[in-house]
Amino acid sequence: MTRYWIGKIVSVAVSLFVLATATFFLMKAIPGDPFTQEKAVPEEIRQKLLAYYGLDKPVWQQYLAYLNNLLHFDLGMSMKSNYQTVAGIISDSFGYSFRLGVVAIAVSIIVGVAVGILAAMHHRKLIDSVSMVLAVLGVSVPNFVLASLMQYVFGYKLRWLQVAGLNGPLDYVMPVIALSALPIAYIARLTRSSMLEALSAEYIKTARAKGLSKRAIVLRHAVRNGILPVVTYAGPMAANIVTGSVIVEQIFGIPGLGQYFVASVSNRDYTLIMGITLFYAIVLMAARLITDIVYGLVDPRIRLRSGKGAAS
Amino acid sequence: MSEKTTAAQAESSARQRGGDGALTREMFRKLAKRPSAEAIAGESVPLWRDAMRRLVRNRLAMSGLAFLALLSAMAVIGPVISPHDYYTNNLDMTNQPPSAEYWFGTDHLGRDLFSRVWMGARISLTVGLAAAFIDLIIGVVYGGIMGYAGGRLDEAMNKISEILYSIPYLLVVILLLVVMEPSMWTIIAALCVTGWINMSWIVRGQILQLKTQEYVLAARSMGAGPMRILFRHLIPNSLGPIIVTLTLSVPSAIFAEAFLSFLGLGVQSPAASWGTMINDSLASWSLYPWQLLIPAALLSLTMLAFNVFGDGLRDAFDPKLKK
Repeated sequence: MTRYWIGKIVSVAVSLFVLATATFFLMKAIPGDPFTQEKAVPEEIRQKLLAYYGLDKPVWQQYLAYLNNLLHFDLGMSMKSNYQTVAGIISDSFGYSFRLGVVAIAVSIIVGVAVGILAAMHHRKLIDSVSMVLAVLGVSVPNFVLASLMQYVFGYKLRWLQVAGLNGPLDYVMPVIALSALPIAYIARLTRSSMLEALSAEYIKTARAKGLSKRAIVLRHAVRNGILPVVTYAGPMAANIVTGSVIVEQIFGIPGLGQYFVASVSNRDYTLIMGITLFYAIVLMAARLITDIVYGLVDPRIRLRSGKGAAS
Repeated sequence: MSEKTTAAQAESSARQRGGDGALTREMFRKLAKRPSAEAIAGESVPLWRDAMRRLVRNRLAMSGLAFLALLSAMAVIGPVISPHDYYTNNLDMTNQPPSAEYWFGTDHLGRDLFSRVWMGARISLTVGLAAAFIDLIIGVVYGGIMGYAGGRLDEAMNKISEILYSIPYLLVVILLLVVMEPSMWTIIAALCVTGWINMSWIVRGQILQLKTQEYVLAARSMGAGPMRILFRHLIPNSLGPIIVTLTLSVPSAIFAEAFLSFLGLGVQSPAASWGTMINDSLASWSLYPWQLLIPAALLSLTMLAFNVFGDGLRDAFDPKLKK
């Protein structure tokens, strides 16, 4: 067991190291330095700026300093917004993204599982086909299209909701729908097919033979096994919601991390790009690690199998 | 279907004789020998034709295919049949609604949206197909080697792909595009950095399953080398799942291109991408909704068509999966 977890943590560390290294050298590969584009910076000031950011040293020294700073969670200064550290920008803006993301994840899981169970219980009936058509639509309509269409219909035509901002609970409605449409569709499809499998299992026949009501059979017996695959989707779902938030925050004018990421990309603010990319990666790896732990807790069979695998 | 009818027949005949419940002599009469009952029903059909037959019968998948055919045709002829080209600014005719002169209206620079939309279709289809094709080649070679070699090499190659996969691909793509000149071909290249991994895992799984089959042993005993076995025997036999994965990877590449162009990292003006057109329309959708609705509808419909066609292909190749 312990070896299994150590292995997991080592592979997360290796992935982060690879990403950090790749990010660093990609940024170095750009011709010139961050100050060459700016017009009319006198040579002396440029040299001072380079020295200030440590860009005058050889690349390997810069790389070691960068790794050392990372170990101390020091992501450096933003190159374009003065006197702001990257860590400061992240901690100021992440709150919005985090709240939005948590609500979107909760909505995705609850709605997705509910739709999947309903569809499986009414297999080949109207509810089933309608929800599966909606699921294909959810996978097919890009989140930024959905967000702009909702903005147009609910924000402008019907005037039910605020077009932008994140001030009250109602302001969460459109961004959350835009973020969770795709995960809901995936989870509903996953839940439906695994519920169908679970419902045809032998122990369901036993439960039916005992005379349990359909409700009790579904809720007490089938669901427990039927929602297991949903847990494996948690990692990709977190990735979807994080990358989705980049664009959804932009559209709805939410001052979260995603908006800073877009701004840093278009400003070519290299330290901020590197910092936010690594931060996103850490969030996603943490989500994946938590998924693994939860999966082990929910399904004893996994724990057993991986325990054996680690021992051999 | 046939099960149901036989069950219904059995039920009705049971009801007929259920009146008195007595066993009569006729129920035990000897049946005449019918050769048709013993013959195998239906001709033997190769997997391919069988799959195609199921696919053609799937109306949803076929309408997806029809939409894609129409879209491809319009992508070729659309910009040609329009009276206006896609790049000329006409500042006297900005933000025109759809009319006889401008069929889909014009944008904020007075460019003809009808031409631009079909130029966008060209870019979307090219990116989707090219990225999927490159993923196919890398994925099949990498996955084939992984699956056939096995052992240490398989483990090491698998570890590499797992590490690459654990990094969210859009972040990698955004990083690459910040560094490279933004254009359609850089998007394709950036998408291919991580796009092949899924394909390689599908191929690896197939090869692992197939390589213990007798025909592989037969080929090897006749002196076929590993490359010949891999590319002449194993890969052709895993084509079904490969094609399904290929079809379903097209919409995600199309989405990625639109997403990146929407962020301003993709195709640059005056070239037209659905993503940039949607982004341009955002400032003024309250006044000129067609600038948003037309490209948004086309993008969603294209992804929908690829998804339903891919789902149909999967059901056709593996009817067991269909529930």
